[in-house]
Amino acid sequence: MNKTIRRIMRYATPYRKYLLLTVVLSFIGVSLSLLVPIFIGKAVDLAVPLTVPLSTNTRIDLAAILQVVIELSVVVVVSALFQWLQGLCINRLTFGTVKDLRSDLEAKLQTMPISYIDGNARGDLIARVVPDIEILSDGLLQGFAQLFSGLVTIVGTLAFMLTINIKIALLVVVLTPLSFVVAAQITKASHNAFVWQSELRGELSGLTEELVGGVNVVKAFAYEDRAIGRFEEINRKLGAAGQKATFFSSMSNPSTRFVNGLIYAAVGTFGALGAIGAMPWIGVMSVGNLASFLAYANQYTKPFNEISGVIAELQNALSCAQRVFDVMDALSEPAEDAQPAGEVRGEIAFEDVSFSYSKDKPLIRGFSMKAKPGQRIAIVGPTGCGKSTIINLLLRFYEIGSGRITIDGVSTRDMTRDDLRRHFGMVLQETWIFTGTVADNIAYGKPDATREEIEAAAREAHAHSFIKRLPDGYDTVISDTSGLSQGQKQLLCIARIMLTNPPMLILDEATSSIDLRTEHRIQRAFQKLMEGKTSFIIAHRLSTIRSADLILVMRDGNIIEQGTHDQLLRRGGFYAELYRSQAV
Amino acid sequence: MQKLLRFLKPYTRYIVLGPFFKLLEAVFELIVPVVMARIIDIGIANRDTRYIWHMSIVLVILGICGLGFALTCQYFASKCAFAYGTDLRSALFRHINTLSRTELDRLGTSTLINRITNDVTSSQQGVNMAIRLGTRAPFLVIGAIVMTLLIDWQLSLIFLIIAPILGVVLYCVLTRTIPMYTRNQQKLDVIARHTGESLDGVRVIRAFSKQQQETERFAQECADLEKSMIAAGRISAVLNPATFLIMNLGIATVLWFGGLQIDAGRLSQGDLTAFTNYMTQILLAGVQLANLIQILTKAQASSLRVADVLETHSTMQGGSAQVTDSREAICFDHVSFTYAGAPHPALENISFTLQKGQTLGIIGGTGSGKSTLAQLIMRGYDATEGTIRVFGQDVKSFDLDALNRAIGYVPQKALLFTGTIEENLRWADENAPKENLRRALEIAQASDFVDKLQYGMQTRLVQGGRNLSGGQKQRLTIARALSGSPEMLVLDDSMSALDYATDAALREQLHTRCQGMTKVVISQRATSLRDAELILVMEDGKCVGQGTHEELLKTCEVYHEIYATQNT
Repeated sequence: MNKTIRRIMRYATPYRKYLLLTVVLSFIGVSLSLLVPIFIGKAVDLAVPLTVPLSTNTRIDLAAILQVVIELSVVVVVSALFQWLQGLCINRLTFGTVKDLRSDLEAKLQTMPISYIDGNARGDLIARVVPDIEILSDGLLQGFAQLFSGLVTIVGTLAFMLTINIKIALLVVVLTPLSFVVAAQITKASHNAFVWQSELRGELSGLTEELVGGVNVVKAFAYEDRAIGRFEEINRKLGAAGQKATFFSSMSNPSTRFVNGLIYAAVGTFGALGAIGAMPWIGVMSVGNLASFLAYANQYTKPFNEISGVIAELQNALSCAQRVFDVMDALSEPAEDAQPAGEVRGEIAFEDVSFSYSKDKPLIRGFSMKAKPGQRIAIVGPTGCGKSTIINLLLRFYEIGSGRITIDGVSTRDMTRDDLRRHFGMVLQETWIFTGTVADNIAYGKPDATREEIEAAAREAHAHSFIKRLPDGYDTVISDTSGLSQGQKQLLCIARIMLTNPPMLILDEATSSIDLRTEHRIQRAFQKLMEGKTSFIIAHRLSTIRSADLILVMRDGNIIEQGTHDQLLRRGGFYAELYRSQAV
Repeated sequence: MQKLLRFLKPYTRYIVLGPFFKLLEAVFELIVPVVMARIIDIGIANRDTRYIWHMSIVLVILGICGLGFALTCQYFASKCAFAYGTDLRSALFRHINTLSRTELDRLGTSTLINRITNDVTSSQQGVNMAIRLGTRAPFLVIGAIVMTLLIDWQLSLIFLIIAPILGVVLYCVLTRTIPMYTRNQQKLDVIARHTGESLDGVRVIRAFSKQQQETERFAQECADLEKSMIAAGRISAVLNPATFLIMNLGIATVLWFGGLQIDAGRLSQGDLTAFTNYMTQILLAGVQLANLIQILTKAQASSLRVADVLETHSTMQGGSAQVTDSREAICFDHVSFTYAGAPHPALENISFTLQKGQTLGIIGGTGSGKSTLAQLIMRGYDATEGTIRVFGQDVKSFDLDALNRAIGYVPQKALLFTGTIEENLRWADENAPKENLRRALEIAQASDFVDKLQYGMQTRLVQGGRNLSGGQKQRLTIARALSGSPEMLVLDDSMSALDYATDAALREQLHTRCQGMTKVVISQRATSLRDAELILVMEDGKCVGQGTHEELLKTCEVYHEIYATQNT
């Protein structure tokens, strides 16, 4: 837990000037506010009818009272001003820290291996970015606000008490740790409940994400009741965990208040005993001294309440922060310092490559092939035979188990991943459209593209005509769920590649959701795009890959046949069988 | 929060008992100074050591009672808040499941998810704190004011002036901050949505080496959120100092006018002390109240967002009719449809009839309205014009669940859910016998690969079935639809990831083993639809040709072109 706090504080470092200001401002603001009882006491003391009237028409010293009242007002105004400024500093401190933390987490997600993102529930990851950090933010806000002013109040009142009677002040100091012991016990007890709560919260977010995200399928299957059942089961558990965590943590406030009550009673008792001289070691103590002592004892113990309340809040915040740091601590893709390659010719070779997603299930074994620059390589085979895995390996989304993959004779492991991927253009079957304008989506790989370039790319991808029909044309804001059809989205993804024009291409079922007529029309654009580029084409429409320079036929992770279309047909093997089944 | 009050109703006893025990604690707390006064007045005055010890024991007992009452209150508060939050979250989730696609499209799923998770929590926190602090603070304020009225009504006028000023400050701060909190929440929604998108598109982002740009965009959004958080914080930061200022200036005023009253002989010094004490008490309670109001403001903003969803009602009402046997499967009569807010119709003047057991093929370019047409058959949306009959009756007359059960739907995007394969297959019919699941897998050409998995049908799918290939997922979604033995099967371009051999085998199986089942097949491959009894050729929302494969080859130019391109 302390480690988590230290890490959070490290995020606060850039804002240390606000931290410092908060400390200074709260010191001044709180100290001034501690003077208020003294002024009140003074004024009350002055409000005694004088034995000798100042003048004939006033019985008390109104001028002196006015003086005190003015002084009081000035102190109050200044103190309020400082408290306000302190609030502003805390805002900057908290929100700045949280902003940095969240940005860092997002940046971290961008460096995570694909296997991490594939292997974690999407909703749970989102939960860490949004609600977890929000709870942390609330906790910090409260923490910074009350921790310092609380400390200043404690130190300030202690100082006043010490000036009145050292012995009793020391008694208070000795009893104080009791408050902390109680708070620490409660903290320990509630910590587990909080961890349980945030785990369940993540689980519920994941489920909600899935079921609400797929609500159309839920409805189509009349699955609502069962979806509700599953949701309510976790929801109930979360309710129970949350109640427990909250109750435990809310015990700390009354408990410390109770300890404070004990301190108050002790001060009263020993003070009174001191006043009547029953306990000579206490020293001299007047009734007036006791009264002000009690007033300060009350002041002194209040911040303990507040701090223990804040600690409860902070605990919840810390368990959320822990979930954030868990992601931060997961291994990123290792950093690389390879030199960026210059122009590549596009010679690609797989040499005895093996790979599996899980250790117990080998997928690719001893895979070798070679593509000369500008060649078109088609990979065909039944679904699930490992075609897409080849792409995962080629682009280093996953790292190969053994063997090597080279580009122009250089192992891809000796290039940076970014450099490697920059040379490829990729169109996948699963389209990806982000919330933004159509133009933004097309220009994703080339943000500085002009509108003319974007339109030209869209025209080449045959997307221009449907884009024109959108309400705001290229400036229409779209998202994955905004009603574009799969095919339209795919055309936009193709336009994206048309615009960047990379030296090597990967088309993984790129046209599977485009109708044949459109595909036929953009086929020429594709041909043009592929000209002079080493291209990998994964497709199940054999007609689209007939003109490939090399066809690899895969089955169960192995290449079982390779050659040109004609060679393979003549061979009369698996490919020929596939082809015949399609031609109908 | 008023709109959500009904969710608190079952927990009235907690709402009454919680504050009641809190009040008891406050009362006991108020007795402490009285006991202390007696220690001074009697114990010290009489130099009575025993009395002092007795009273100190009383103090301890008072403390223990106070502790007990406070813990009881906290317990009730947490019980009530979490019961309320849990109920509200369930209700929200239930409600979302009743909304039709029109409302879901409008609201957007990412904000709905945020409302279920964050906003409900925030509202729940509001209830918790309201019970814990909501009565204590006003109780102390009112008590103090009553006491001052009894002492000197003229001087207590100062309270009556200060209270409204405080009210105005609170009001100003709240009315400004509530919309700001709403705006902050919207910015959080943007971050949540963007995070989701960047997870979905991780491969594309990496392929374009855009991690840096994504990171910068996130940093921008986070900075944007920070700015708006600080803006809201700037206003709410006024609250505490302002309360402190007003109250203490009030004390200063009391001291001055109190001085005048004493001077005039109308007030004693002791009364003045009491007055300032009460003012201090009000001040402390006021600070608590201000904090509570801040929490409640946030809770209010969240509650409004929750209530907003709960008040969105489905524009689609189901009837009560059950699906009965009928010769006519689907009949469209001059049907047109326009999406809410869209300028142009997505479908125009579609008419056709299909008999039970027949296959309807729908072919056409991207965005030509194929999927929309399928959605209308299963009442995803209601036609804007014309009538649709399914299973021989108006589609609007059916009970929605009954209609959904009778139609097996395979969406374009293969979407599977966390759980085992078997659990996914049981979506259509929870109690389907194992043979049905087997049969569905066989027809969908999925049994081979499922059998090869280490745990077979018990294999767990991680979210969305990410551990399967696209083609495997599609076959499972088809099997899922088949396992409920539906009257009608709707395949919305759901075979695009299948290779031709699998596609052909699947069609053959559907033909021979599901003879009585009506099939609606959207496809881009003319060969997939060759055997359909009726094929609709769609272009830009219009039906440009209908008939069998042979008829269309002769009569429909568009169809002819599609077929020709595919078979070159």
